[in-house]
Amino acid sequence: MNRILVPVKRVIDYAVKIRVRPDKLGVETANVKMSMNPFDEIAVEEAIQLKEKGHAKEIIAVSLGPKANQETLRTALAMGADRAILVETDAELQPLAVAKLLQKIAEAEKPDLVILGKQAIDDDANQTGQMLAGLLKWPQGTFASQVNPLSGKVNVTRETDKGLETLEIIPPAVLTADLRLNTPRFAKLQNIMKAKKKEIEQRTPEGLGVDISPRLTVISVEEPPTRAAGVKVETVDQLVQKNKKKKKKK
Amino acid sequence: MLKSIARLSGNTLKITPSRLLGAPRFFSSNARLPVTSFSEEEVILQESVAKFAREVVQPLVKEMDEHSKLDMDLLSDCFNQGLMGIETPEELKGTGMSFTSSIIAIEELAKVDPAISVIVDVQNTLINTSIRKWGSKSLQEKFLPQLAESTLGSFCLSEWESGSDAFAMKTRAEKKGDHFVINGTKAWITNAEQAGLFIVLANADPSKGYKGITAFVVPRDTPGLSIGKKEDKLGIRASSTCEVTFTNVKVPETNILGEYGKGYKIAIECLNEGRIGIAGQMIGLAQGAFDATMPYIIERKQFGQSIADFQGMQFSYADLATDIMSGRLLTYHAARLKENGLPFVTEAAMAKLTCSRVARKVTSACISMLGGVGFTKDFAVEKFYRDAAIGEIYEGTTNIQLQTIAKHIKDQYK
Repeated sequence: MNRILVPVKRVIDYAVKIRVRPDKLGVETANVKMSMNPFDEIAVEEAIQLKEKGHAKEIIAVSLGPKANQETLRTALAMGADRAILVETDAELQPLAVAKLLQKIAEAEKPDLVILGKQAIDDDANQTGQMLAGLLKWPQGTFASQVNPLSGKVNVTRETDKGLETLEIIPPAVLTADLRLNTPRFAKLQNIMKAKKKEIEQRTPEGLGVDISPRLTVISVEEPPTRAAGVKVETVDQLVQKNKKKKKKK
Repeated sequence: MLKSIARLSGNTLKITPSRLLGAPRFFSSNARLPVTSFSEEEVILQESVAKFAREVVQPLVKEMDEHSKLDMDLLSDCFNQGLMGIETPEELKGTGMSFTSSIIAIEELAKVDPAISVIVDVQNTLINTSIRKWGSKSLQEKFLPQLAESTLGSFCLSEWESGSDAFAMKTRAEKKGDHFVINGTKAWITNAEQAGLFIVLANADPSKGYKGITAFVVPRDTPGLSIGKKEDKLGIRASSTCEVTFTNVKVPETNILGEYGKGYKIAIECLNEGRIGIAGQMIGLAQGAFDATMPYIIERKQFGQSIADFQGMQFSYADLATDIMSGRLLTYHAARLKENGLPFVTEAAMAKLTCSRVARKVTSACISMLGGVGFTKDFAVEKFYRDAAIGEIYEGTTNIQLQTIAKHIKDQYK
């Protein structure tokens, strides 16, 4: 394998306490700490490990969004990616738009693998990887917990509700990383400075010829209901009665 | 007063537009950034060290403190992460980052373990800096790479009879042809248990008073160098503090740092920078204690409400947060002054003075706010409380800082 493309998303840091905006159309992002999506970190780490084991020569990190995403790309470079591409836009990007943009990048860069995080922790959409594979007409190995490259193919072990499933996939392919795939490294200080010298290529959605207009409109965003107090009952019959009543209410 | 304002405003900071993150793209000569704004690589460094501290250092803290023993695998990890040669140029195996980067790393480590923080601080601000600034080309090429990759260093200045009165040192260096012979005993030496390299201040000509003090670079395996008793300390216990004895230790003339008889200068200037490092350590310590306390007092309820909502508590933690902020600003202000080649000695002393006091105040108040649990070893704050005490003592006691500041202030009004 030659080249691996790793899309990385800049999201609200996992440790931040999320607050809904007063206009109820989203969550508060002003002055809030942002980081690389944790599943994307795992994807970057997997790509780097594949390169270190000699299965790939070049890793390209790509991010789509505002200029601030350069921060996320620098972190990917500091972890060990070779090149970075920023597709800059301040517009809202939904999974289908992201998949279309990544399709254009993949068609230009011709990677053997595109490894994405399985989902972003802000929208939890879990769609981009699958849509991208569909658009490119490439095989997909999603929720990967193990990636074993062999000559001419890749064995991907997937975590599914039924247990572990291993697929034999012939690249080029799209993989999405699940939690147990690996433990991402922290950027060594030496590599942070090396990353500074690597160039971040700038592109735009218009330049790539993609219509990124959203297909979905968010109508409202609300906090989850506060946890109500539990009720103790004396017997199993009472428990069944209470649950029947609850079902009726719903 | 006017003299100093003119002096400070006459120089512009080197932060250029390309290093702004998410800030407006225009740049006028009036635009200035806050003292706490970091360059892109400094931000990535901060996150990386914070993650390292949380994931690699944190699990070992309690055990290292209990047994007063540094975990040697952790020390290797610190070297591998590039934490031990932050300002050393890349050609000499360092990471070539800014002075402020060192301070950021020291602060982030101190939020988790002030002992690990001081080990990294001494290596960077005292050992690496003195060799980088005063070492001959060959000394730099010989020692800086190993200091960045594998070898811990110790700075031997204090003795049993000379702490604040450092220049009254009794360790002697006698010239014998092309080498010197060092005899004496140094005390309170940080890192000595693990150090592979020692920077030793010894007087080569007592008749000249302090102007005979000379700095030597001495490898650990030099015959006659022995590490003595390790102190059983109140705090920062994972950091070894030992006596180091020199018995007829032969050091080649070429191992002199800087010039013969100018060692006192090296000592003073290194400690001026080291002060900013200690300020960073102390403010990280205060922040770590504070961060461990707030979630608890928000959750803890008494008299039907969260204790964090009682006005008395609110006044307390608002006051502490303000103190921490002021200490941090002094620290990064001093760091940027130094980085930009501006005078920084007074500001460095102010930073160390303030941050060490803030650390004691915050840790003490946090134990009170936590109540009974704060008094147990199950909670992290009692360790921070013990660790904080050293801040007002080492690298220049509080009284020495006050004296330094007073002298500079008086000079401005003359």
